[in-house]
Amino acid sequence: MSVERLRTAVGHVVLMLGVLVSLFPFYWMVVMASNTTPDIFTYPPKLFIGSHLFENMGKVLDNIDFFGSMLLTLIASLGVTVLVLFFDSLAAFAFAKYDFPGRNVLFAILLATFMIPTQLSLVPQFVTLAEFGWIGSLKALIIPGAANAFGIFWMRQYAKGAIPDELISAAKVDGAGFFRQYLTVGLPVLRPGLAFLGIFTFINVWNDYLWPLIVMTDPNRLTLQVALDQLNGIYGTDYSMVMAGALMSVIPLIGVFLIGARSFIADLAAGAMKF
Amino acid sequence: MAVTTKAVTAVTPATDTSEKPPNKYKLALPQYAAVSPFFILFAIFGAFPVLFSIWISFHSWDGIGQMKWVGLEQYHYLLTDATFWKTIGNTVIIWVLSTVPMLLLALVIANALHNATRLRTFYRIAYFIPNVTSVVAITLVFGSIFSNNFGLLNAFLQSIGVGPVAWLTSPWGIKIAIATIVTWRWVGYNAIIYLAGLQAISADVYEAAKMDGASPRQTFWRITVPMMRPVILFTAVTSTIGGLQIFTESRVLFGDTSSIGGPGDAGLTIVSYLYQSAFIKNQFGYGAAIGWALFILIVLFSIINWRLIGGNDDERLTRRAARRVERKIAAQNAKREAADVR
Repeated sequence: MSVERLRTAVGHVVLMLGVLVSLFPFYWMVVMASNTTPDIFTYPPKLFIGSHLFENMGKVLDNIDFFGSMLLTLIASLGVTVLVLFFDSLAAFAFAKYDFPGRNVLFAILLATFMIPTQLSLVPQFVTLAEFGWIGSLKALIIPGAANAFGIFWMRQYAKGAIPDELISAAKVDGAGFFRQYLTVGLPVLRPGLAFLGIFTFINVWNDYLWPLIVMTDPNRLTLQVALDQLNGIYGTDYSMVMAGALMSVIPLIGVFLIGARSFIADLAAGAMKF
Repeated sequence: MAVTTKAVTAVTPATDTSEKPPNKYKLALPQYAAVSPFFILFAIFGAFPVLFSIWISFHSWDGIGQMKWVGLEQYHYLLTDATFWKTIGNTVIIWVLSTVPMLLLALVIANALHNATRLRTFYRIAYFIPNVTSVVAITLVFGSIFSNNFGLLNAFLQSIGVGPVAWLTSPWGIKIAIATIVTWRWVGYNAIIYLAGLQAISADVYEAAKMDGASPRQTFWRITVPMMRPVILFTAVTSTIGGLQIFTESRVLFGDTSSIGGPGDAGLTIVSYLYQSAFIKNQFGYGAAIGWALFILIVLFSIINWRLIGGNDDERLTRRAARRVERKIAAQNAKREAADVR
């Protein structure tokens, strides 16, 4: 028994060390964001939270249009998330619960698209969007990602098990068409799955860097990630100010994550097991 | 609806063109409409660009002026371009430096998480938070930790009497810094997935091993790892695909310096080079060719992963492990019965 207890204790020590490593960069971000730059650039370095946080945050707001970028990123993230939730769940509902000619072939094609790395088509995608006149506009951030293979695959796995066929039959007897069946039978049952896919999509769009870096060419309309990188590029010598910007950009996202963290992590793991 | 469709196809083969039974395709129109958004978007923003990129890669083009046909010249140049080969080397080194410790640590953490009964939710969230944090913000933090002059890491090293290390200016320092960021962001993610894999292994197997007197280390390597093969394969393939596409870390670390790959291009990855060629130097044809080289590399590495970890003998090995365990349980039961009789 005591060996068992010792092992548990060792396990917790290992886990706690890992947690420290996991969380330390956040602490360090706050330390740097709350001290002045000269304080950071001293030896030995200051290791504790200082009193200049709001001053540094104020400087961020003076130097870049932080809230403008945040709003733009928020609109893009919400836009993609809403469209992905609708299109993916609708397609997944059809794939999971209806037998239509060509279904398996279409689904196989959908799975095959997983294999194509996004970077492969970076150049032609840019050219295509330029042809559409979408470069620099929100459309470039939202439309190409409005439906994706991952989400459809994931929702289909979910829908297969979660939606009872009897409910669909009952809806048909009531004279409901396909879309009505999706709304009244599919959506309510799929809600937990939608929560996961929604958070997942939102976080991914919010954090995306390469795509917005290429398509958002107007310096007054940058996403938060690109704006933050630019803040570093231009005012990189004012470290504590850059760190305050990094901190401000990270907080909303961690908030979104923490709201649904518990089931989100469980769903993600369950999804990975289905591959 | 599905039932009637089947009945119709069974009774009236394609030769029947009478209007009476509704066409099966027409009946499925709502379903086609439902799945169409993905396929339409994929056609425009996925399939077409992929085909178009082959076309672009056969040209010399700055993205604005006339496209000039050059045939396979871009690919020919690619194969002789020392910088391109360097980016492959950089990417692979960073990939190895990050993936190996990342997956090993993830396995250790998952194992500890699996055995922990308290604080489970806290641990999971704490380990997962790095993964949802933006790469740009966290790269800035790590950039300061690894900073040559006033970085926290060098301050620590100096305090214990080990020199300052030129992390962000030496070839290996740069790669280690980038690999550290990648590892930090993805250990928890992989640990959570391994944990799910661990939880899928039945408790009986462990019980049997325990009765057999297997040490925790033996249990881990002889039972846990073989049973986890499919999950390990999943994480290996996804981290390969992700690892070969590393870009943001090096771009943010060295974005404000003259070369986006850092001093001596030691942090220039394949995707950085693609970005630099296409979007900084406006060599669209060359950028497209690099894209194809990247695609081939990803396929190649995925096959290697498959062969090394999973592949054909995967099931056989799992089955063998299961059989071994079954035999042990049987032997154990026989022994116990014998003891009972006595």
